[in-house]
Amino acid sequence: MDWNSLVANSFHAAFGVNAIAYAIAAIGLNIHFGYTGLLNFGQAGFLAVGAYGTAISIVHFDVPYFLAALIGMSMAVLLALLLGLPTLRLRADYLAVATIAAAEIVRLVIGSTVYARWTGGSSGFSGAFSNAFYNANPLPNETLHFGPVSVTPNRAWFMIVGWSLVAVIALLVWLLVRSPWGRILKGIREDEDAVRSLGKNVFARKMQALIIGGVIGSIAGIALVTGERAVLPNVFGTQLTFFFWTLLLLGGVARVLGPVLGAVILWLVFAVTESILRSGASAGWVPEALVSQSQIGLIRVMLVGLGLMLLMIFRPQGIVGDRRELAFDVR
Amino acid sequence: MSADAAPGPAPSTARRLHDVPTVPGAPKPDPILVADKVSRRFGGLTAVDVDHIEIQRGVITALIGPNGAGKTTLFNLLTGFDRADTGSWTFEGTPLAGKPAYRVAHAGMVRTFQLTKALSRLPVIENMRLGATGQRGESLWRAMLPFTWRAQEAAITERADELLHRFKLHALRDDFAGSLSGGQRKLLEMARALMSEPTMVMLDEPMAGVNPALTQSLLGHVKDLREQGMTVLFVEHDMDMVHDIADWVIVMAQGSVVAEGPPDVVMADPVVIDAYLGVHHDAPATEAEERQQLAEVESRLEKEFSSPDDDSEAAEPALGARDEH
Repeated sequence: MDWNSLVANSFHAAFGVNAIAYAIAAIGLNIHFGYTGLLNFGQAGFLAVGAYGTAISIVHFDVPYFLAALIGMSMAVLLALLLGLPTLRLRADYLAVATIAAAEIVRLVIGSTVYARWTGGSSGFSGAFSNAFYNANPLPNETLHFGPVSVTPNRAWFMIVGWSLVAVIALLVWLLVRSPWGRILKGIREDEDAVRSLGKNVFARKMQALIIGGVIGSIAGIALVTGERAVLPNVFGTQLTFFFWTLLLLGGVARVLGPVLGAVILWLVFAVTESILRSGASAGWVPEALVSQSQIGLIRVMLVGLGLMLLMIFRPQGIVGDRRELAFDVR
Repeated sequence: MSADAAPGPAPSTARRLHDVPTVPGAPKPDPILVADKVSRRFGGLTAVDVDHIEIQRGVITALIGPNGAGKTTLFNLLTGFDRADTGSWTFEGTPLAGKPAYRVAHAGMVRTFQLTKALSRLPVIENMRLGATGQRGESLWRAMLPFTWRAQEAAITERADELLHRFKLHALRDDFAGSLSGGQRKLLEMARALMSEPTMVMLDEPMAGVNPALTQSLLGHVKDLREQGMTVLFVEHDMDMVHDIADWVIVMAQGSVVAEGPPDVVMADPVVIDAYLGVHHDAPATEAEERQQLAEVESRLEKEFSSPDDDSEAAEPALGARDEH
């Protein structure tokens, strides 16, 4: 087995673009579900409006990168208002239905030929929109080597900015959830009528939580397309949302670092299983008739699913969760 | 539970209620809550249709009635948890009809629930802190600046600890509320409601599912509220408890108020007995028949009282049957 490539692949998977974007998106989802109890099954929609809001602003209106990112984030605020105003007064499951539908609508609209003049249709945008971000790279223009791991300057720049963002957002969330404001959110998660009876405006707090989690989701979307240097509508499918749920449950719900840990571990597992399966296949340990090279990508998803099932059975609170919280029936 | 456990209404208020006529919707000398023409329909069913109701300030008022009389629905309407079809009501002179529940609580009217709503995955102390109103750190922006709310949080925590001591929950301070017993949850819910420093407390079946040992302590706490000048309105099925602590009793049946008055008067009221047992289900046709029925009932009662009364807690006690005079 090629240990060097295993280490290199693992490093890029665990700390690369996907891990960063997924961690940020899941932090947003954690505010929705972990702290407020909002069932958001459309986090991918928030990523999509963030990514497209930014890319469209840059490509069509020549807006500076940072300002474009703010526009992308305000699109997420609009989406949250649009989703929340009709559904947040209703039971939690209505929000679940509305969000999963809204995310699909967003994806289908941005991918449709009707608006292709603005969105690029199914082929989206190429990487040119992110040039401003990489042009700001202060790092020396040479590839860095750490043992078997090599990092291009652009990738290093993205990882520095990305993990700083993760740290800042996690810190903000930590500040928020241990405040009286965060206490109301947790109260709403447990029983919103009780919170209402104590004189708290539950609707306003739920809306704030939906917006904050959504904006964090849009930042993840911007990070994802900036890191990948491409904007494609099909990236923002329902499966993206479910990956966020997977890693949130994996890391631990309602813990500030749960989603970060979950994202790193999820991508690490992806990379390691893929490396092992691929080298196993090329060494002839895995018969071609059983698993072809092209199926290996799917096998690793199956393995992650199996891992999640085992986790739910033996450690349902996730990696950093608190088991005592599961000891009693919530409803 | 005996009636001799100091059924003492605060003297001043009791004297004032003395002159109030015992008719439905009777005007009170110092009402804190006045409601008019409150109705709520669920499809064809009229759940609540109250013409006029007044709640006296500073006393304990019980709201009783058979199952389905609309007591909890009226509670929900008054506290903003349900929308009334018609009607208006004022609390301390402020109109509250149509106001959302959190504004009702801000006005000083705090409620508890029939099915206790402890916030399971929050520690007991956090449950308590949540009850305090006007917290600066509840604003999203100030939440991120802990120095703006830390002093207030300390004051709130101190008050919460005092209340937990009073309700004998302090040993459970850092436990998850979900790990508390049913009775402890009732206590916690009441203590949490007090954190908002209400002027009126609405208790929906505070004794439901509470073991007899805790019942006494809960009763004591409800009386305490009155001693501290709060107004209490509670829904209850346990007639012994109503008799024990209520200064005034309002009886609902089929959505409307059918009787009110001091506990003794109300429980002897034939209208109330009808409400519980069905209207004249066995009304006597003649005077002789009436005497005969009376004798039958009396002999049945005597048999009941001579038998060991371990079942006195069970079921819904028939009203009037307890009238030992």
